[in-house]
Amino acid sequence: MKLERVAITEKAAALVKQLQEKHGELIFHQSGGCCDGSSPMIFEKEDMYLDDSDVLLGQIAGVNYYMNKDQFDYWKHTHLTVDITEGRGSSFSLEIPMGFRFIIQSRLFSDEENAVLNNSSVGE
Amino acid sequence: MSYSKPKFKEKYGNFINGKFVAPVDGEYFDNTSPVDNSLIAKYPRSKQADVENAVAAANAAKETWGNTSAAARAALLNKVADIIEANLEEFALVETCDNGKPIRETLNADVPLAVDHWRYFAAVIRAEEGSATELDENTLSMNIKEPLGVVAQIIPWNFPLLMLSWKLPPALAAGNCVVLKPAEQTPSTATLLMEKIAEVFPPGVVNVIHGFGPEAGKPLASSSEVDKVAFTGETTTGQLIMQYASKNLNPVTMELGGKSPNIFFNSVMDEDDAFLDKAIEGAVLFAFNQGEVCTCPSRLLVQEDIYDKFMERVIARTEAIVQSNPYNTACMVGAQASNDQFEKILSYIKIGKEEGAKVLTGGEACKLDGELGNGFYVQPTILEGHNKMRVFQEEIFGPVVCVTKFKDEAEALEIANDTLYGLGAGVWTRDAHQLYQIPRAIKAGRVWVNCYHAYPAHAPFGGYKKSGFGRENHLMMMNYYRQTKNMLISYDKNKLGFF
Repeated sequence: MKLERVAITEKAAALVKQLQEKHGELIFHQSGGCCDGSSPMIFEKEDMYLDDSDVLLGQIAGVNYYMNKDQFDYWKHTHLTVDITEGRGSSFSLEIPMGFRFIIQSRLFSDEENAVLNNSSVGE
Repeated sequence: MSYSKPKFKEKYGNFINGKFVAPVDGEYFDNTSPVDNSLIAKYPRSKQADVENAVAAANAAKETWGNTSAAARAALLNKVADIIEANLEEFALVETCDNGKPIRETLNADVPLAVDHWRYFAAVIRAEEGSATELDENTLSMNIKEPLGVVAQIIPWNFPLLMLSWKLPPALAAGNCVVLKPAEQTPSTATLLMEKIAEVFPPGVVNVIHGFGPEAGKPLASSSEVDKVAFTGETTTGQLIMQYASKNLNPVTMELGGKSPNIFFNSVMDEDDAFLDKAIEGAVLFAFNQGEVCTCPSRLLVQEDIYDKFMERVIARTEAIVQSNPYNTACMVGAQASNDQFEKILSYIKIGKEEGAKVLTGGEACKLDGELGNGFYVQPTILEGHNKMRVFQEEIFGPVVCVTKFKDEAEALEIANDTLYGLGAGVWTRDAHQLYQIPRAIKAGRVWVNCYHAYPAHAPFGGYKKSGFGRENHLMMMNYYRQTKNMLISYDKNKLGFF
């Protein structure tokens, strides 16, 4: 049994597609901290330096979704769905000029799901 | 007393080289007010070319400004302070309109504090000195502070004028020229300030450009023509800016938020007196500025033997908060700064509930009447749970506090330090030992002891851990904007004798 940690809504996937057409290959990175933190950011693939401290949660709409390992420890019991909302963040995330922000909707994994996830490595 | 929405022009420009200029490609964006989601004005949607113009203006001005005497620089900083003070009400109104925060806050906190930060750094450069050491009878080591040159500053939307006034004065006082980018949600008070002080500094010393992060912020942060980048915001952007700075081997300072614990020991309830009243207010300060504060005391830790009684009073005080028209001086909690923040806060309350947190009060959006119904209001909310929940670990940036109990000092510290961040913390007690020992054991840059949310100039402010580095609001910030020139001088007439 294979479970996904992260999903995306149709509206958000359509926005990702527009961004892909404009910018090419992309990544999501989950931010933390103040202001526009605690939101997913989308960047050109080569823009952000990633290494072992970034956990790959999965792929949505053809885009890898990463989160810092320390942060993941507090998030791993929740399933994430990337959605969009009207608004204007102030980060470097690429959707901002289009008048939208990516936003996370979360739900708890069930005990059964957690059991499966705990037996598989992240990003499989 | 009630004010109303101030008047704005149809559109504004970037402030480059001492005058307002239209964006190179002529594109603007609509800036709206979170009070009622109405249009404020159009601001430039700047791109790389605008950034380059601003950076070029700053570079052209840096030689002369860097060699301007401390007395002259201080006089100009004081002039800015006087101008803001003389127009306090106008700045307060524009800030409330742009950010959504209550007018009583902008009148009494944001704007007066901004004035004081300008004055503080004007005073600092008149009093401080370099240093000289006689290494031996013929050798003098002399340290002279020199400006870095051109500084890029990217500031957030939660305290637009105040964050500008944390950033600009130390950089200018140190003799740098600056290109500042306000957050795109709140460009108004920075623009108003440039209108008022357009003639104060020589052209190019202060430049303000507006626009979106990926289009204007990124080229500014990655410019090889700037000598330093200062940023306040969140971790991912902070990491990106450091990455760009590494390409230029530029120094950076970062203020990246937190998840600050506010700890109440049982002795606060030993008496039912003025101090207990202050402590209750201290717990309710999570709702200050709609929770949109990097140091929001968003984790409330209460000792178990006073928990029920203490929380009863905290809940009552929270429920007495007046949430109304931000232009009314009776309003205590205003609008969240934007729709996406509003949605994010509600999604966090939802996951908090799912994780098993109990809603002690609030927990919903706040629906106000009339035009305000289009604004972004959230009820002050108290969630009860435990420190491993996501709502205890992530910055919600809304009027939401998560409360949990602790048994003893050891457990209080364990919970307080179980966070990725370390910006602020509060400790409340009548025990003289705890007053010293607990703050020392908390890994955070600012620990408020028997108080919270005070941000005076002259007290250094900055983070530990993932909250960043650098210390603002204090003369030590000057050295983050300067080089040290060491002149090593010999008064010996005799040769070394090597060659």
